[in-house]
Amino acid sequence: MSYLIHNFAALTGTGLIKGAVYGLVALGYTLVYGVLRLINFAHSEVFMWGSFAAVWALAAIGAGPNPSPLEIALLLLVALVAATAVSGATALVVERVAYRRLIRLKAPPLTALISAIGMSFVLGEIMGLRDKITGWVGLDGTLHLYVSGARDNTRFANPLQSRILFNIGNYGVSNIDLLVLGCALVMMVALDQFIRRSRLGRGIRAVAQDSDAAALMGVNKQQVIRVTFLIGGVMAGAAALLYLMKFGVTRWNAGFLLGVKAFTAAVLGGIGNVRGALLGGFVLGLAENYGSAIVGSQWQDVVAFVLLIVILLFRPTGLLGESLGRARA
Amino acid sequence: MTSPTATAGKSRSRNPLVTVADVIRRQPKPVRVLLGALFVVLLYLLPLLNPPLISPSQSDFGAVLFNVSTYVLVALGLNIVLGYAGLLDLGYVGFYAIGAYTVAVLGSLHAHVPLLLLLPLAALVATVSGVLLGAPTLRVRGDYLAIVTLGFGEIIRLTAVNLQWVGAAAGISNVPRPPSVEIFKLPHVSWNGFVATIDLDNTTTFIKFGVLDQIPYYWLALTVIFIILAGEKRLVQSRVGRAWEATREDEDAAELMGVPTFKFKLLAFSCGAFIGGLSGGLFATRQAFINPESFPLLLSILFLAAVVVGGAGNRWGVIVGAIIVSYLPEIFRPFADYRVLVFGILLIVLANFRPQGLLPPKRTVRARQVDEELEELEEGAAHV
Repeated sequence: MSYLIHNFAALTGTGLIKGAVYGLVALGYTLVYGVLRLINFAHSEVFMWGSFAAVWALAAIGAGPNPSPLEIALLLLVALVAATAVSGATALVVERVAYRRLIRLKAPPLTALISAIGMSFVLGEIMGLRDKITGWVGLDGTLHLYVSGARDNTRFANPLQSRILFNIGNYGVSNIDLLVLGCALVMMVALDQFIRRSRLGRGIRAVAQDSDAAALMGVNKQQVIRVTFLIGGVMAGAAALLYLMKFGVTRWNAGFLLGVKAFTAAVLGGIGNVRGALLGGFVLGLAENYGSAIVGSQWQDVVAFVLLIVILLFRPTGLLGESLGRARA
Repeated sequence: MTSPTATAGKSRSRNPLVTVADVIRRQPKPVRVLLGALFVVLLYLLPLLNPPLISPSQSDFGAVLFNVSTYVLVALGLNIVLGYAGLLDLGYVGFYAIGAYTVAVLGSLHAHVPLLLLLPLAALVATVSGVLLGAPTLRVRGDYLAIVTLGFGEIIRLTAVNLQWVGAAAGISNVPRPPSVEIFKLPHVSWNGFVATIDLDNTTTFIKFGVLDQIPYYWLALTVIFIILAGEKRLVQSRVGRAWEATREDEDAAELMGVPTFKFKLLAFSCGAFIGGLSGGLFATRQAFINPESFPLLLSILFLAAVVVGGAGNRWGVIVGAIIVSYLPEIFRPFADYRVLVFGILLIVLANFRPQGLLPPKRTVRARQVDEELEELEEGAAHV
């Protein structure tokens, strides 16, 4: 307990940052769930592919020894574009391969879950076997930088050096912390506004509410579903870059635990609710940190899941309730 | 009036497995009993026969068969929860782990209870934990229940990792074995191409639960499966089974018709936990060593895949599914690195091209046929 009080600021800081990443990844789950009522189990792999795209983009162009602020900004922009593009594309592939046919057949949700689990395995294994797969086509020599140690941690060469800007309590807030938190918040607000105000956002809400009625009213359901996956993927890509900037390594199976946590965050806030995803992410990140300070860090994940069960007992549809369809403009 | 039979005929020819089942069903009863008994004997003799093509070349067939049989047992348990009662349980591995840990903790770490007492005890402890988890959480529905149970599975695993009392990350070794009754020896059959010879040097002692020979464990698991199958069939064909199906199809309607849905959901949950705990206990005694790594979340997902691939709600379906899910990786062992990849592709293909599973329950098939007919009729009316 005294540890908690002593390190309150530090725990809050790291908790918020973790929460922001959880929240961004949770958006992918929440959007797809809101529109299709399906758990997109492959979303964690979408995140993981984005993280590799960011790592490789920077490995390909390479940062100089002492980059100027402009160079840093450019490099990060390149990484961001690479991560969001790859994640978005991966999400579209998931939609095409694992979902489209099943949605058309109106298959039971469980089947879609199995299909997505299969997709998750495939995407994860392709990344984990990339050295072997390139070996077949004889490219492992040329691509050595990208494919070696496929099952090991891959480091992210962050061009932005961590610098402590100011202290709150005994926690030094770094520039990276602010950047991660700021970006996550901006993106969340932007997405929320997009769904509330734009034409496509209205389409998404319409499909979430009643997909058949929306189709009768002239909403292109197919397109809405694709856009939903794309947005979820782009957010996961951005989350991947922020995650790398804070934690510095990725791995072929990095998505799994994070995906479970993000899904937990989505459910915590009320799955299908965009604002709930952010709230759920922050609640989860903070609770994990405070909880682990009280009962020991090895129990961190247990705290997260116990919290989830307890909250669902009292609010069976999450903190803010399911509301992608009910949100009013 | 001809259209229902016509569509039924069409669907039968589409699924060879169903056709075989129909042919058997049309035989007189003595023939069916005889066929069934022959099949059961064949199942017990399978590891001794080592039939070519079926038995994997690189691993011990007895061990593989035991593995398959635990999957079958687990799938039967999960089928009650998921297939009959429609409760999406992503943390089924939790009950499996509880069963295994009960056997290990009370069998070697903190006590030395004999195994034949431990197996029912493992099932009992798992059942109690099922009730403890189900009683508060079964109020949440659908995907919320999925994430709650997923959380439960992870809590069990992480507790096992962190709790010194259950061996922490190092795990527990020297899990007791079942008592051996060495009566006689059974020779194996060895195959040279397709020519069979009886190999008298390679024998399995009846019934010696040792380290080297896995076949007796398979026999034990198979026996447990038959017992569970018999019990499950009686349960499902009773009022309980109908209440489960009603709850699965429409919970509110069932509640309004006077089915105490919560009670039956809890019953389904604890029945599933019972079987899960039992199979976990079997796993522990075969393995003789368990640690938290033996119970990853992935296992839950594989169990789920077994049930859904085969056809949730149909006991023969889930048995087929469990065999596929546990057996395919063994066949792919020569491509060990790629087997998860191939498995993933197969899951996608199966889900996309047989969305109802390989052997969907008959009631689902009938409901779909009626739906299709209705749709055809409506279309016909629209054209007129």
